[in-house]
This record gives sequence, C-alpha cells and structure tokens, in this order.
Amino acid sequence: MRRFRPYYDRTIRSSDITDEAIYLSRRQLLGVGAAVGLSSMLPRGANAEQMLRPLKYVNASESGWDKDVDDQLTPYADVTSYNNFYEFGMDKSAPAKYAHQMTIDPWSIEVSGIERGDQTIPLESVLEQMTLEERIYRLRCVEAWSMVIPWVGFPLADLVAWLRPNNKAKYVVFETLHRPKEMRGTRSFSSVIDWPYREALRLDEAMNPLAFIAVGLYGKSLPNQNGAPLRLVVPWKYGFKSIKSIARIGFVESQPATSWQQIAPHEYGFFANVNPSVDHPRWSQRFERRLPSSLFSPNRIPTQLFNGYADQVSGLYKGMDLALNY
Amino acid sequence: MSQSLDRQRLLLTGCTHAVALTSVAWLMLKVVQSDLGPDPIKTLLLTTGEWGLWCLIASLMVTPLRSSSGAYQLAVTRRPLGLWAFAFFSLHVLIFLQGYVVWSQSLLIEELVERPYITVGFLAWLLLLPLAITSTLKWRRRLGRRWKSLHTLVYPAAIFACLHILWQIRSDWFLASFYSVVCGLLLGSRLFLYLRRRANRVAE
Repeated sequence: MRRFRPYYDRTIRSSDITDEAIYLSRRQLLGVGAAVGLSSMLPRGANAEQMLRPLKYVNASESGWDKDVDDQLTPYADVTSYNNFYEFGMDKSAPAKYAHQMTIDPWSIEVSGIERGDQTIPLESVLEQMTLEERIYRLRCVEAWSMVIPWVGFPLADLVAWLRPNNKAKYVVFETLHRPKEMRGTRSFSSVIDWPYREALRLDEAMNPLAFIAVGLYGKSLPNQNGAPLRLVVPWKYGFKSIKSIARIGFVESQPATSWQQIAPHEYGFFANVNPSVDHPRWSQRFERRLPSSLFSPNRIPTQLFNGYADQVSGLYKGMDLALNY
Repeated sequence: MSQSLDRQRLLLTGCTHAVALTSVAWLMLKVVQSDLGPDPIKTLLLTTGEWGLWCLIASLMVTPLRSSSGAYQLAVTRRPLGLWAFAFFSLHVLIFLQGYVVWSQSLLIEELVERPYITVGFLAWLLLLPLAITSTLKWRRRLGRRWKSLHTLVYPAAIFACLHILWQIRSDWFLASFYSVVCGLLLGSRLFLYLRRRANRVAE
C-alpha cells in the first residue's frame, strides 16, 4: 500500500492546514534545533563561515509532497555531516570540514543549447523566476545507505521550461563547479575522477515532476557540503546522479558521458535507477541502511524499485530492460 | 644483563597490549556515546579492518627490524601483534555479520560466493585462525618444527588481506595501494632472502 500522495493530488485536506503561527514557530524551533545540532556536530570551520539564510517556501504538507508515513526525517546534523562530495575529499566527513572554503556568492550558471544561445545566468535571475516549495524525498546512495531529507527548491521542469532548450535537445547535462583552489579534493593526485563532475538526464526524465532543483534543506539555504547554492535531486535514482553545486547546464542531442559511468561503466550506468534486483557488481542493492543507524539496530530495510517512486516514474522506462540499462 | 633484557621484553609486550587495549576501549566508548556519525557500522567496519591491517603489517615488520637493528628483544612483540591483528579482524567479521548480513545464513553464503573481495577477506581471517589457536607456548612445543611452517600461513593471509582492499578501490587508489606496497616489500624481501639461501645451499 502506497501512502505517498501523488503529485497531481493537490487537494488540501483539513489536516494539511497549519495555523500560520504554529507553522512559523515550528520553523523557528527547527531552526534552533538545527543551529544547536550544527554547533555540536560540525567542526568549527564549517558552520562559523557559512551564513545559512532562512527561506520562504510552500511547505510539503501543503503542496502535497509529504513523505511516506513510515519515513522519519534524517536529523539535520546527519544530513549535513555525512556527505559524498569528492571535490572536498573522499571521507564522508570531509565535505563538512572543508566545503566552507568554496565561494558560493556570487554564483552564475553557464547555460548552453538553449534558444537564446549560450548564456551565463546569475543565480538571482533564476531564483526570481522560481517559486520555492518543500519536498520530502528519500535519498538512496549507491553505497546502500539512505536518508529522508526535506529539500526546498523548485521543479527542474520549471527551470527547463524557463531556459527553453532548443528543439533538438534530448538530454540535459550538468557540471559541478571546478575550482581547485577552493576544492582540496580535486587537487588529490590519486583520485580517479576527471573533474569537473558531470551528470545528465534524459530530457523526459528532467521534465518529470519529481525531478527537483534544491536550494535549501530543513527550511534554510543549502550548506556548502550539501551542494550549495543549487543542486539536482532525482530521488528515484542513486544519489550520485543528484549533482551538487551546479555551475553549468547544457542541452544536447546525444547521451553525454557522465562521471561515474566513465570511471567504471560496468558498475555505474547512465540511468542509475534505484533497483533492488540489479546488484552493484561488488555489493548487493537489495537492502539499505536507513541513517542514522546504530551497531545494535542497523536499521536495515529492503530497497524499493525506483526508491519507492515507481508510480511516478516507471512510465519513463516502458519497454526498457532495466537490468541492461542499469 | 639478562634481567634487564627480560624487563625490556616485558615492557615491549606490555606496551603493545596497552596501545591495542586503549584503542579498543576508545572505540567502545565511541559506540556507547553514539559518536561514530550517522553510519557507525560502516565506520566500525573500516576502523577495525584498518587497525587489524596495521597490526598484521607491524607483526611482519618485527623480524626484518630485529635482524637489521640487532635489537633481538623486539621478537617478543610478534605474538601480541599477530594476536591483535586476529582480534581486530575477528571484530571486523562480527560487525559485518551484525550490520551487513544480520546473521542470515543464506545472505552470508551469497556474499561469500558472489563477492570475491569478501571471499578473499574471509579466507585471510580463516588462515589466521589456526595461527591464533597455536600461538601458545604449549602448542609451539607440541608442533615442534612444524609450528614454524604452519605460521608461514601469515604470508598468504597478508596477500588475501591486500587483495581484499585492492578489490574495493572506487575513486581513490592511494591507501589500498600504499598498504599493499608495504606488504609486498615485507613479503618480497623474505622471498628474496629465501631464494638466496636456497641458491647458496645448492652452490655448496
């Protein structure tokens, strides 16, 4: 039984309506909790130098993008201290330590393959056009751990529509910022990643209402280690598809080479849809550890096809062999 | 003189055990305080595996260090180091059983059959098992000359341990390669000495 409300069901139930005062105080509480969590969990450098702004947005229970009943939000401290962001180091705790060295203001995005011709668009111009909303999504890492995160952002479809790709475009490709001076991980001689990090979606995947660009989490702007100032979130795919700190967006005709697929094509496919029946060659994908987990209760749960979003996305892959197109 | 040597030996074994015990206590404290991040199982798995490898490498360093420096009292650290390597690897296996296969027999078999890096890792542990059992003086006497040949099993165990980490390289090859090169040098030098000894014997 799915308890997730489909995206098209936007009827507001009485239970969804929150008194504004309660809503605001709840946000405030969250903020306080987050601040306390941050200051106790993170190395001093990271939070002292990051100014996280509170955001205005439509909250998830109002927009109809609420979480599954069973899902509990992963605490803010965990979401912001356990990250794969190899630009700042291989260790999961490295991004929280070093990502504050990345300058995110000013930020602009180089866009190519659109009707207007190549453009460099300041982030503010993008944000002016978008309405922020909250989405509570499961995030399943290819390494078999998962989180539940309340993102704030806008549908990728809105961004694509506003950018107006030229009519030949079949794929959208994203690149992470590559600034070695501020990204110590990219200076490592033993890393096998060919920077900048690159990810891509088929255009119809990008237009799916689930595909999302996040600019915040837990009601505030994204911490750098989570991919500030804007990142992709495609919850039905493994986490590595959800590229962080986007500096380039291109619309292209043929399937682009993406980072992990280039590094190990037999292990990471272009689609990278969450699928419990297609194992990674070196480990099983049938289960995941929902974080936070602990030694005595590992919190190991079965992984769902398309990370539980099959109703919304399986149509994109009709007639495709998912074991071949992993 | 011999009394001071005994004291040195006691000090060396004592220090080895003290360092290892402190590390375990520190790790247990971290577990109790839930201070190992959101994915403690992974952290524990990596930590115990790496510490075991350190002990294994250290135990393989004892003999070359002893013969090159002439500090013969170092030899006493070999047994505690080897035993701690086995202890950390055993913890590593236990954490894997608890956190990854959750004590399911079918899942364990599947992992062992389908994932070669787990197979070789398990083999490394299995090879060290008889060495840990026969590490006592009593067993050493009982086995006589065979004790020494039995304990050369540490060499294939080290090779399997290196394969276990090399097979898991994903985005950064440095650490796994570094440990493997160190192990390679330690085993290679022994092979070199062995071959030279044999050649000399044949020449005679």
